[in-house]
Amino acid sequence: MMAGQRPTTSAAPADTGRHAYLQNKVTRRRAIGPGLRTFLIFAVLVGLGALIFPSSYFYRVGTLVWINTLAVTGIVVLLGYVGLVSLGHAGFFAIGAYATAILPNYGVPSPLAMLSGVLLAGLLALVVGRPILKLSGYYLAIATLGLGMLIWMVLSKEAWLTGGPDGMTVSGMNARNLFKMVGLNLKSAEAWYWVAGFTAAIGAAIAVNLAGSPSGRSLRAIHDSDVAARSLGIDVARAKSRAFVISALYAAVAGGLLALANGYITPETGGFMHSVEMVTMAVLGGATSVFGALVGALILTALPQVLTVFADYEHMLLGGIMVVTMIAMRRGLVPFIADLWTRRKS
Amino acid sequence: MSELLQFLVSGITVGAIYAAIALGFTLIYNASGVVNFAQGEFVVIGGMTAAALIGAGVPVWIAAPLAVIAGMLVGVLLYRLAIRPAREAPLVSLIIITIGASIFLRGAMQAVFDKQIHRYDGFSGDAPLRVGGATILPQSLWIIGGSIAVFAFLAWFLNRTRAGRGIRATASNRMAAALVGINTGRAMNLSFALSAAIGALAGVLATPVTFTSYDVGVLMALKGFSATMLGGVGSPLGALAGGLLIGLIEAMTAGYISSDYKDASAFVVILLVLFLRPQGLFGARITERV
Repeated sequence: MMAGQRPTTSAAPADTGRHAYLQNKVTRRRAIGPGLRTFLIFAVLVGLGALIFPSSYFYRVGTLVWINTLAVTGIVVLLGYVGLVSLGHAGFFAIGAYATAILPNYGVPSPLAMLSGVLLAGLLALVVGRPILKLSGYYLAIATLGLGMLIWMVLSKEAWLTGGPDGMTVSGMNARNLFKMVGLNLKSAEAWYWVAGFTAAIGAAIAVNLAGSPSGRSLRAIHDSDVAARSLGIDVARAKSRAFVISALYAAVAGGLLALANGYITPETGGFMHSVEMVTMAVLGGATSVFGALVGALILTALPQVLTVFADYEHMLLGGIMVVTMIAMRRGLVPFIADLWTRRKS
Repeated sequence: MSELLQFLVSGITVGAIYAAIALGFTLIYNASGVVNFAQGEFVVIGGMTAAALIGAGVPVWIAAPLAVIAGMLVGVLLYRLAIRPAREAPLVSLIIITIGASIFLRGAMQAVFDKQIHRYDGFSGDAPLRVGGATILPQSLWIIGGSIAVFAFLAWFLNRTRAGRGIRATASNRMAAALVGINTGRAMNLSFALSAAIGALAGVLATPVTFTSYDVGVLMALKGFSATMLGGVGSPLGALAGGLLIGLIEAMTAGYISSDYKDASAFVVILLVLFLRPQGLFGARITERV
């Protein structure tokens, strides 16, 4: 039987039954789509932050939270949707950041510089991902670990271009001017906060819509079983590499934003520990949903600000969080709490 | 000519270290199917423990075995506390667990020891020996001898002893092994202990030449991976050959191309192997069990 062909008549009664159920689902669907709903929730949270923040310092940390949320949303697509681990995503992040920092020195305007960084990261992910993703999941982790280190190495050694281990200042646009055009006079920290929050909200909405789309459903089929997905006619390697490219794009956009908002970047943005941090954020919050990305990013961005001892024990905490989360609540905080909630209600 | 000889000597020295890491890595992979990202940390534990003990005045012939035992203990703890509780977990969770464990160990080492770079004197002094036109450190001979000894020991242990055959049986089919009376839990413990001991030994032997610090574990693990993949995942002979080859490629890169990018050569090898020959030089064709 060809794929998509309708079953024979003997199965018809059961089939209508299933359709009736589906129809029921359709009529009960909410008025706004899941993507828009996510966007609105994120927008409210961004606004809420702005309402309670007392100083520029809070805005700067808030900006970091949204930038990390955006990068981790990319990890959610890769890890949560498809079940693949990348240990080199900081590399893509850094490509976005450094392109945004370097190209304006050669006369390219900032937005265009950021765009080229994002495209470069996507292209690299495509070229590297395609052959590797035909193999088992371990290989991507190992290959991205190597790729990330390679990128970090280039950034630290090619001082003529990147400023070397000391990093480089980022000249170029300031988000303040964007808001000035519409007559709003914001401090620069506030302006970047809004830009980062808005971008994270769009990123989350796209990721949520992706999950519900046919290609998102094939990603989840792969997550459950490569072989089963293949027997359903899904081109597994291609779907995986698409997810890998998408997640690299997210990382690169986040990197470009960080470069602009911070005005300064170092090769550590592309370092191994940054890759680990991103994965830990996704794992802790819950890699299956964009809200997991937000919660993970919020906790692990805010914690070092609150706990000064965090810096001394950063490695132990990050590592411990990964191990304990995977053993005790494999799906992460957000799904874990959601489960508790529904169980209490019923 | 003497230049080439010198590069060969240093390539074989570091290659022997990578081979030992790759052997430890292969042992755990064969026994449990887990790709242990924390393998490099065992090397650091060995080196750092030995450095701390020797620094405190303990003679090297006591410090070295103690450091290996310390590594072994951590290996068993890693299995019992992190891998075993998650045994039925999907592949992706196991990857995250071993990565988490590796980061945790790195932090623990920073807390227990310090962030400095450490070394101690070679076991037989640091006066270089002249061979042909090249010089070789006596410690290099220790390293090369150590790796060969580890390989020979593993070959003997896995093929000739009851416990070793238990590991191989557990590796090929855990349930069948348990049904014929093999204590599979003990086999797993043993393979983690042995693998960690091999890593720690590599660290103890290598530290006088390569130095060590709390954060070199990832790099070591990555070199070990490259060696394993070049040789063919799961093959001990492949691990040995792969390790030596990676060491040689690295030494030649440092000598003839750029010492800045000597670490890059291992990653380039990984990528090339994955692109061109995923099964490695000695590996069987990869088949997936469903």
